Amino acid sequence: MKVHMLPRASLRRVFSSSPRCSSYLPLSFQHSIIRSSSSISQRLGSKHVSFPGAVKSEFTNDLKYVLPANLPALPTYRAVGQDGNIVDQSFEPDLSEEEIVKVYKTMLTISIMDPIMYDAQRQGRISFYMVSAGEEAISIGSASALDNEDVVFCQYREQGIFAYRGFTLKHFMNQLFANKSDIGKGRNMPVHYGSKEFNIHTISSTLATQIPQASGAAYALKMQRINDPSLPPRVVAVYFGEGAASEGDFHAALNIAATRSCPVIFICRNNGYSISTPILDQYRGDGIASRGIGYGIDTVRVDGNDFWAMREATKKAREMALEDGGKPVLIEAMSYRVSHHSTSDDSYAYRARVEVEDWKRRDNPITRLRKYMEAKGIWDEAKEKDAKETIKRDVLKAFSEAEREKKPAIRNMFEDVYEEMTPDLKAQMEQLKQHLEKYPNEYELGEFEEGINSLNS
Amino acid sequence: MKPFISPRSLGLASKSVSNLYKCQRSIVCTSRSRNYSTHPPNARLNLPTDYSTTSLLSHSSQTALSNPELPPEARNGTAKRMNFCQAITDALSTALAEDENVLVFGEDVAFGGVFRCTVKLSERFGGARVFNTPLTEQGIMGFAIGLAAEGMRPVAEIQFADYVYPAFDQLVNEAAKYRYREGKTGRNAGGLTVRMPCGSVGHGALYHSQSPESLFTHIPGLRVIMPRSPIQAKGLLLSAIRSNDPCVFMEPKILYRAAVEQVPTAPYTLPLSKAEVLKEGKDITIISYGQPLYICNAAIEKAEEDFGVSIELIDLRTVYPWDKECVFESVRKTGRCMVVHEAMVNAGIGAEVAAAIQENPDTFNHLSAPVSRIAGWSTFTPLMFEAFNIPDVARIYDGVKKLLEY
Repeated sequence: MKVHMLPRASLRRVFSSSPRCSSYLPLSFQHSIIRSSSSISQRLGSKHVSFPGAVKSEFTNDLKYVLPANLPALPTYRAVGQDGNIVDQSFEPDLSEEEIVKVYKTMLTISIMDPIMYDAQRQGRISFYMVSAGEEAISIGSASALDNEDVVFCQYREQGIFAYRGFTLKHFMNQLFANKSDIGKGRNMPVHYGSKEFNIHTISSTLATQIPQASGAAYALKMQRINDPSLPPRVVAVYFGEGAASEGDFHAALNIAATRSCPVIFICRNNGYSISTPILDQYRGDGIASRGIGYGIDTVRVDGNDFWAMREATKKAREMALEDGGKPVLIEAMSYRVSHHSTSDDSYAYRARVEVEDWKRRDNPITRLRKYMEAKGIWDEAKEKDAKETIKRDVLKAFSEAEREKKPAIRNMFEDVYEEMTPDLKAQMEQLKQHLEKYPNEYELGEFEEGINSLNS
Repeated sequence: MKPFISPRSLGLASKSVSNLYKCQRSIVCTSRSRNYSTHPPNARLNLPTDYSTTSLLSHSSQTALSNPELPPEARNGTAKRMNFCQAITDALSTALAEDENVLVFGEDVAFGGVFRCTVKLSERFGGARVFNTPLTEQGIMGFAIGLAAEGMRPVAEIQFADYVYPAFDQLVNEAAKYRYREGKTGRNAGGLTVRMPCGSVGHGALYHSQSPESLFTHIPGLRVIMPRSPIQAKGLLLSAIRSNDPCVFMEPKILYRAAVEQVPTAPYTLPLSKAEVLKEGKDITIISYGQPLYICNAAIEKAEEDFGVSIELIDLRTVYPWDKECVFESVRKTGRCMVVHEAMVNAGIGAEVAAAIQENPDTFNHLSAPVSRIAGWSTFTPLMFEAFNIPDVARIYDGVKKLLEY
């Protein structure tokens, strides 16, 4: 998109023999510090092209376009089938029975909290909600293969990662009700969770912006370990939907992660819909996975309804991401969004109810893991009933506690814009205070921690 | 004033470019009585800026080192002649040397940068810390924000301010809001500094001339800085890099080679959000920043001579959050004021400064004339008409006249 008018002129200057250049090192040395793509020499009759842009490309006398439609679709990896039986004979479950039960209960917790909060929004008790039904295995399966020190960037449908890492129902509810205990200080919409303790960056609504940030964060982890080899090796995992992958930031992120060799795992949740847009209006290639290859990124497609496949793929991705000084890996997790996009969406306006019901019945990450556990004899109907009841009770308890809490102090509106409050912001906070003193009955001041007093400078 | 192409304004005064330019001139100018780099024969006001004599630059090490804003170790040290680029390089190498978390990257940064601001940094500090990125502004910015959010101090370069727009979402929605939305986690993108060459250069036309600073001053969370000289470039850039708020650092590219002065060799910082009174006066206040300060200075000289007035000149340095008190105090003293900038007048820095002046009751009461704005017209920077678009000495001189006649 840009005209390199001035740059080109200055390139001439560098390569000229102007006396001013005497301070520069010889060209040969400059090349050693600049990552050059290849040698430019080209032998006559060579089978391979030495064009710098594609060094391994062989000449052909056959004019043939590559037709994507003729290529087979990339396969989808499964470890455990729909019936709960192992289908990958080389796969060996590596979690203890207690750990599997813990994972399953985490999935159940999310699947129970989701409809409760969905209804809470319908009753006007919270302003917004997004469920992750059908995608619990993607977040929890991958999170279970990461180190808790690994840094995570989310889109918004990954509450499972938070839950897996230790985010409690209290944490969730405080954020959803934006009360005074909310980590985000009541500034963000519901479901925009974040945690320093669990190494998860706070969610922002802007789609795909987190993807290049994840590449940068991964480069930071890599550099920090170079500076201090005693640090443990860490990777970044970043989640996004197949719709977000259409944003320019996706392209930027994969390309920059590949060129800078960043230890980052890109995890795409391909659930078939971006709000109302089906994939045929989203892309015409072979999903998102086929693009990773184009960026020179090691890629796999996984059955996102298979907890074990997600875990295995992420475990391997983590190892690969830390190899050779760091490199990016892409996982495309296939699933189906069985829920509405959000509480502001009625998905039956653009897809048949029967399609959704069919998916719910046919395949579900939670039932699949349950079948696996039942086959192993570590789970049964009684345990299921008991777990569901306990979780529901806990959710409702956290719900009512969080709902009763006061809202954060109004002062939080002005803080953290900058590290220090600017004179402008201090003056504006004072203006608001005077205004509220003049019209106290026009606002619900009592709901907020400290009321008007939090605005004292 | 630089109405047409000149090798100096190009910032690329190499022999080859000079020769190229000379050839071009001999062909193009044969039928003309004047050549491209000079002013119209009868011009009295719109003379080219002579950076070698302007009082806005420190031509001796003594003046450079006597700057009261410098810390004692810099004042007691030495000074060295540097152009604007070299001062930037100096600040970057100081930052890279003092903090291993500092990284410098962007398009074509590794070989020294298309404007030579990162010369030899990759060799000195290694390709892992000073490197090229793919050609993607949104990628550069997102990458930089991720680095900053994990505790690094990235200094990202956007090759021309004209190309920052693909990165606008990342700057506005992400960098600026990071600390705010993270709340109690305390994470932020404060380590981020974005450098970008800006402003007209004589022949940059639509996409090598823009000054988009006011687009950033509308974004809470960002600090927007524009230095006017090598001394400022070094001190303000170091402040920006050390600042825990994301900083947009805009470098008037016409000054890269042209502005040369003695610069203290020791590391030092200059304060952000603090204006500098460059020249005291009692009748009119002129507020500007970046390159137009030189134009203002020339206009002031002529206006004071012709109208017998005394004019105060203020350099904002940081255009947001800006130093209101310094400006208010000056305007309360002079009662007349003018804001000068190269960017278009509509919703520009001048609008913000003028509105703040009239909104402040004490200052408003002292105004003897409406606040005037001399700025780019509300159009673009067209190749052949640049001289008619950017504020020049004649327009500022005339603005002073009108303020006095009001």
